[in-house]
Amino acid sequence: MKKVYAKEELCLNCRLCEVYCKTAHSQSKDIIKANKFESPEPVSRVTVCGDKMLSAAVNCRHCDSPKCVEACITGAMQKDKKTGIVWVDEDKCIGCMTCLAVCPFGCIKTGKFAVKCDLCRTEDEPACVKNCPNRALVYADLGGGE
Amino acid sequence: MSINYIPRRFTVVRDKELCINCGCCVRQCSNECHYFADDGKTALVNSNACVACHRCVDMCPTGALRIEKYVCDYRENANWTPQYQQEICRQAATGGVLLSGMGTPKPYPIYWDKILLNASQVTNPSIDPLREPMEIRTILGRKPEKITVEKKGKSTVDMPPQVILETPIMFSAMSFGSISLNAQKSLAMAAKNLGTLFNTGEGGLHPDLRDYTDCAIVQVASGRFGVHKDYLQNSRFIEIKIGQGAKPGIGGHLPGEKVNVEVSNARMIPEGSDAISPAPHHDIYSIEDLRQLIWSLKQATHNEKPVSVKIAAVHNVAAIASGCARAGADIIAIDGFRGGTGAAPTRIRDNVGIPIELALAAADQRLRDEGIRSSISLVAAGSFRCSADIVKAIALGADACYCASAPLIAMGCHMCQTCNTGKCNWGIATQRPELVKRLNPDIMHERVENLINAWNHEIKEIMGGMGINSVDSLRGNRLMLRGIGLTEKELEILGIKHAGE
Repeated sequence: MKKVYAKEELCLNCRLCEVYCKTAHSQSKDIIKANKFESPEPVSRVTVCGDKMLSAAVNCRHCDSPKCVEACITGAMQKDKKTGIVWVDEDKCIGCMTCLAVCPFGCIKTGKFAVKCDLCRTEDEPACVKNCPNRALVYADLGGGE
Repeated sequence: MSINYIPRRFTVVRDKELCINCGCCVRQCSNECHYFADDGKTALVNSNACVACHRCVDMCPTGALRIEKYVCDYRENANWTPQYQQEICRQAATGGVLLSGMGTPKPYPIYWDKILLNASQVTNPSIDPLREPMEIRTILGRKPEKITVEKKGKSTVDMPPQVILETPIMFSAMSFGSISLNAQKSLAMAAKNLGTLFNTGEGGLHPDLRDYTDCAIVQVASGRFGVHKDYLQNSRFIEIKIGQGAKPGIGGHLPGEKVNVEVSNARMIPEGSDAISPAPHHDIYSIEDLRQLIWSLKQATHNEKPVSVKIAAVHNVAAIASGCARAGADIIAIDGFRGGTGAAPTRIRDNVGIPIELALAAADQRLRDEGIRSSISLVAAGSFRCSADIVKAIALGADACYCASAPLIAMGCHMCQTCNTGKCNWGIATQRPELVKRLNPDIMHERVENLINAWNHEIKEIMGGMGINSVDSLRGNRLMLRGIGLTEKELEILGIKHAGE
């Protein structure tokens, strides 16, 4: 499946991926409203880890056998059989955060529910990839497992 | 704290309504103008170190930043302008030679802007380059005086080595050291895809660029950095750098802090040592000495590589060019005084040399008068801002043009003229790894290619308008040029008529 891959040698630590992810997952989809005024505050699904010397945007690997899906006690966390995308059904999620505890990559964020990357399911390309100024994020099917 | 004496140059204005405190500016500014308040969230700005490189402006996702000129009036004085007063204060503080990057910003006449091009009307047809073939292929190298053929029509002339370019535009010398490897790699990739050449400067050839040796001009300069047999072999032609337009008569100095492991390997000098290129070549004190070096380089490469001599445009440039041609140079590159540099003494950059337009016209005319023009190729350098400048240069007699500043601007350079500080926020004129990685060759080679392809289209359009379908028919065709607002003497040197004549 197509996933987002981070190229740490090109990552600028500018963290614009976080800004655009937050905007893409906001109510208003407006960069200023989303980042300044919206309540509850939208959560960025991607996190840039590191410093100016070495950094990379860390986001969900959409594992082949996801630990978060196995651990979910309500069945809210699920892996789409067709697309392979791991996503949270917010109607079922009770916010117990068991998924957060088991994710080996630290890719689940806390909000009212468990919050995680959905690869911008309704768009052609995830917002983080589209807006990376240095092509440090690549959306591609490179094969291989998790 | 001592008094600064010099007001700051720019003010960074942050629009609080638009700023989302994402901190992108804080993490991008290598001059550390932007910073966080104690809460770790609110972005603040101190403009004192701002050089107007626009990195923060261009990266800001909401357009919340703007750079303004900081206006602080001095009592008016046409002689003691604020600039001179500030430069005196800077020297009073440091005791040093003033250094600057890029070309001179002084308002010397730009003759390109005073030359107009011709177009066909009625008596000869113009050509539509989209529908008819238009040749801009350029061939550099010494041409034989005459062609002799055997009975079957096969040439019996021993043809000197030629260099075929798909465009009359080449990338001028910028060494690895003065610019980053990513910047040089972008140019190399673009040169390969465009069918033209990039120039190693005198920084040697980095192993990462070995795939691009067939589009490399390797430079042999006074410091002889990185010169060895394989370096000379792995090239399309060899260039002996005698002078540079931005700093004629001056050598080069790459400070030790820029000489990291990679640069030291490419230049074959110890890590951290200053790379000093002497002002003269210590083995060239005459045309005869130059002849020896040209001969040696040709011998070292089995006469397979043309040898170019790059000289700065100075007062006797025509005579010097003639001497270089007679010393055996196959190509002569003349660099005008508006040409760029990584670092030059400000006084030299702003006061020494002559414009490329006059130097080119004078050299071309002299070589023609002496009947040796066809024995060499002339390359013009020194600030070509658009395709029209290139067309005018070719019509004045250039075979090809060297461009560097324009491709750098395509890669993000904003002409902030602080290349010498090594803090280039665009990853061009720096060796700091966190800044170098900002320049992704995969993106930048595309941008440079786009620029040159756009210029190629424009050159073809302009030539088509003149009714010329080959760049060879444009070369030295000064009838296609007319001066506007120039004196008799200027017209005489340029060898062109005044508009209306």
